[in-house]
Amino acid sequence: MNTSVEELQQQTAIVSRVRQPSATTAPVSPAATKTRPQTLLAIPVGACIALAIHFLVPKREPVAPTHYYPLLLFVLLGLGLLGLALYPFLEGLRKWMRYMCPMLGVATMTAGIWELATSCLGLLPLPYFPGPEGVFGSMVSDYKLLFDSTWHSLILLTSGYFIGVIIALITGVTIGWFPHARYWGMPLLKIVGPIPATAWIPLAMVIAPSALLSAVGLISLAVWFPVTMLTASGISSTRASYLDVARTLGARPLYLVFRVAIPAAMPNIFIGLFMGLGTSFLTLVVAENVGVKSGLGWYVSWAQGWAEYGKVYGALIIMAAFFSTIMTVLFKVRDRVLVWQKGVIKW
Amino acid sequence: MVAVSEPATIEGSSLRVRGTSKYFAAVNGAAVGALALDKVSLFVSAGELVSIVGPSGCGKSTLLRLIAGLTVASEGELLVGDEPITAPSAERGLVFQDPNLFPWLTVRRNIEAGLVARRVLKQERGQVDKFMRLVGLEGFADAFPHHLSGGMAQRVALARAMINHPKVLLLDEPLGALDAFTRMRMQDEVLRLWQARRTTMLLVTHDIDEAIYMSDRIVIMTPRPGRIEQIIPVKMNRPRDRSSPDFLGLRSDILQTMHFAGRSLGGNGA
Repeated sequence: MNTSVEELQQQTAIVSRVRQPSATTAPVSPAATKTRPQTLLAIPVGACIALAIHFLVPKREPVAPTHYYPLLLFVLLGLGLLGLALYPFLEGLRKWMRYMCPMLGVATMTAGIWELATSCLGLLPLPYFPGPEGVFGSMVSDYKLLFDSTWHSLILLTSGYFIGVIIALITGVTIGWFPHARYWGMPLLKIVGPIPATAWIPLAMVIAPSALLSAVGLISLAVWFPVTMLTASGISSTRASYLDVARTLGARPLYLVFRVAIPAAMPNIFIGLFMGLGTSFLTLVVAENVGVKSGLGWYVSWAQGWAEYGKVYGALIIMAAFFSTIMTVLFKVRDRVLVWQKGVIKW
Repeated sequence: MVAVSEPATIEGSSLRVRGTSKYFAAVNGAAVGALALDKVSLFVSAGELVSIVGPSGCGKSTLLRLIAGLTVASEGELLVGDEPITAPSAERGLVFQDPNLFPWLTVRRNIEAGLVARRVLKQERGQVDKFMRLVGLEGFADAFPHHLSGGMAQRVALARAMINHPKVLLLDEPLGALDAFTRMRMQDEVLRLWQARRTTMLLVTHDIDEAIYMSDRIVIMTPRPGRIEQIIPVKMNRPRDRSSPDFLGLRSDILQTMHFAGRSLGGNGA
């Protein structure tokens, strides 16, 4: 299953030979069939609009003395123009720009609209809704603590997630494969599993020697249930004929479990891994608020305690980027492991 | 096409089925269980290719599963050579109508599966290329099964079963899902593999032409309970002409035996 990039390319080559031009093309945005100049100009135009709002529209609300937000807009403008300049020369960049430019352009413009609604027109009340300078400025000025919080969240999340997944794979395969384990394990799983991991917090705080360990335990528990459930159901629904074929090929039980049942259950296992990741984010944020005095979840409520809403939104933005990056990594792993499904299912 | 074979060394073993019955217990709802096989006896000599034909429900597939060791007989004994059959083994390969390739493995890895399962991949890696060539799939080593056509997939399944050099190869309607032309070509392929290795082959089929074209003997079974009605030897030289008078004569004999000839309307063929 560990295929290198060359191998993958070879596979695609063969695939396209077997089945003539069809599903092997890369994801294409709806607008990418023909590149219009508006598409490529989206980022510079968006940045210019936002800058115009920033510098030309008079402010009604007091604004932080920093100038990080216009700096960011200038950087975006510069990058957008640089992209335009390099556009004819780099094939990879062309693809990326065709796909990303409309989205990024609209996002930049949204920042301008936001500033218009907050700092300029004062439509949303302070201190709950600061303008872009308030948010972006506080992100930059507090970068040390934010970085530290992100790092702690990452450590906590990955340790809890991996411990949970490892235990879940063991229990899931056991329950799915052995009828006795199924008899005893399934009722336990069905009764205890649906309790949200966060509901165990009072017990976890009593049992665990430290807040950090209790948080790791809670995240593991949150991941454990969906992964176990889906692994078990995937294993037990392995097509009997695969197992029959393997037996007539001389397979021993270890082969049947590790080389037939588990690969056959892989699509299911990945659904469990994705569900578990979702619940682990939730549990992470709650656990950081309760016992652990670090991490992004803690940072958000700490900043809220000081009524520094700029920092709250800054942390939320970091959180969004952090969680979606982890999600993307898991998608990449799935694409790698389940590459054989390409063409079987709607990818 | 099938070349006239020089007598290759016979890789197959003889197969003896003696007074074998298989009774399926009543599943919830059904009042009584079903007798799928009723005291079936059959001897297949080493290197022979025998077909089993009969209407659905006559126990052909049950018989094959018993020989494969995937189910246990209620009564009677089954022997490969002198060894009683107790469990599935690499000595008795099985190919189904559905190729049942492992979708998560490439063609090459599928063919290797038997070697991996027996933990001899390192010593016998050379076999993989040989068998891929034998079934004409060298170019598709890294393709995944769902990109293959039905005929190609079935060839992979054959190579996968044969790489273990089984003494008996059980074929459960292996060509049943293929279109008529692919099927005829695959019949030649299977014959070529058989002549190269002289594996004992037991072929279950719905297709009487296929049975006559390929086998040394044809076993006709009847359903409820599954019994052997008649065993007909095919004494024609290979390659056989599908439209020769001998072929067609044998064909109508078999249809008559199975009450499908269509001349007597009172027949009770079901």
